[in-house]
Amino acid sequence: MAINWYKYAAPASFYSLAGKMIPFFTIIAFGLLVAGLYIGFFVAPTDFQQGEAYRIIFIHVPAAWMSMFLYVVMAFWAGIGLAFNTRLSSMMATAIAPTGALFTFLALWTGSLWGKPMWGTWWVWDARLTSELILLFLYIGFMSLQAAIDDPRRADKAGAIIALVGVINIPIIYFSVQWWNTLHQGASVSVTQAPTMASTMLTGMMVMVFASWMYAIAVILKRVRVIILERESNTAWVAELRRKGAF
Amino acid sequence: MFFWVIQRDLLLAIRRRSDVLTTLFFFVIVVSLFPLSVGPEMNMLRTMAPGIVWVAALLASMLSLGRLFSNDYMDGTLEQMLLSPQSLSVLVLGKALAHWLVTGVPLVLMAPILGIQYDLPMDALFVLTISLLLGTPVLSLIGAIGAALTLGLRGGGVLISLLVLPLYIPVLIFGSGAVEANMAGVGHDAHLSLLGAFLLVSLVFAPWAAASSLRVSME
Repeated sequence: MAINWYKYAAPASFYSLAGKMIPFFTIIAFGLLVAGLYIGFFVAPTDFQQGEAYRIIFIHVPAAWMSMFLYVVMAFWAGIGLAFNTRLSSMMATAIAPTGALFTFLALWTGSLWGKPMWGTWWVWDARLTSELILLFLYIGFMSLQAAIDDPRRADKAGAIIALVGVINIPIIYFSVQWWNTLHQGASVSVTQAPTMASTMLTGMMVMVFASWMYAIAVILKRVRVIILERESNTAWVAELRRKGAF
Repeated sequence: MFFWVIQRDLLLAIRRRSDVLTTLFFFVIVVSLFPLSVGPEMNMLRTMAPGIVWVAALLASMLSLGRLFSNDYMDGTLEQMLLSPQSLSVLVLGKALAHWLVTGVPLVLMAPILGIQYDLPMDALFVLTISLLLGTPVLSLIGAIGAALTLGLRGGGVLISLLVLPLYIPVLIFGSGAVEANMAGVGHDAHLSLLGAFLLVSLVFAPWAAASSLRVSME
């Protein structure tokens, strides 16, 4: 089955496709969220060193992963938009930024809530925390640059350049643990080695990761639909929708 | 063409000497404010000195970024540069280097004197100067990207700091880290090598990124 990708590069056809996909991803996200929180709070055993406080990882780890992942995805779409001059790709990048910033903030917030009982302090100037903070600054810089530019095409391209420049920061985040090994424990989940955590904990965490993923897709599609409507508000197909009373 | 741009920007800077001196004195004042705010204990000041000098250098270099393209943008020179058959990246590299010669080099020359105020030992002063010599061109090069992106925007001055300061952080870490490592006696070679690596990478990529940013902004 060949999908005609070019068809869905047009905002008008993507608008309706996104509309069909949103309920699907919303339901999956909600289902996984309920399952993940149930495993996390009722099934997973209490940690022998960290007590009940460790349970914040079911929010913290997915948020931290998504914050970094979404920045790469954002830079990817921004780069595609810059290279091929496709409007929809740039709109995707713009739509991803607020969700990415939200996950970054969540990761910092839950991290400090976890740090208080574990390390006895809300904040340490550890490499990972600092990199996550820099990531938040990068998201804010991207969003405020786009907000300051009135012409949407210039905003798209300028944002794309700053996103691509900022993506250099992602490897620094990832390798920072090896570079400056301070208070923060090393990565506790590894693909190559056997995981050091109980399997139910790992299951709960992975379910929560997928829940955040599905949530991010649903919200980003919703936001991209709004951006499409805003940018295309003077076109015939939006006028048609308006006449039908579709929104 | 490359040397022509540097020569022209230097000539303009000499004709408007006050701009250069303002940046330099901003640097001196910011560094001198810290003992007044945290107290004059020499032991504490000595440990804080590399960080303070580096943060002040970051801010001073950033403040002057607004002028990098804006004057040429206002009087139409920039448009002519974009139309010229020369590679825009080379022009941008020339402008960034001129910016460094005008703002960065005075900071490098001033830093040892400010270091004496903080009672830094002799070889730490030397490392501080070398680290600034390697690091400040990176600041001008990365800053050129931010200056090009915010060209002609309202509130461009504050926006540029939001864009550029996070990107300056690695330079800050390794710049002040070099001096701290020297004072702790663990050797500063690794830090200086990384600063040199940043310089080489930004020499290659930053003019190119800044040139495409200029094209976006001038469309």
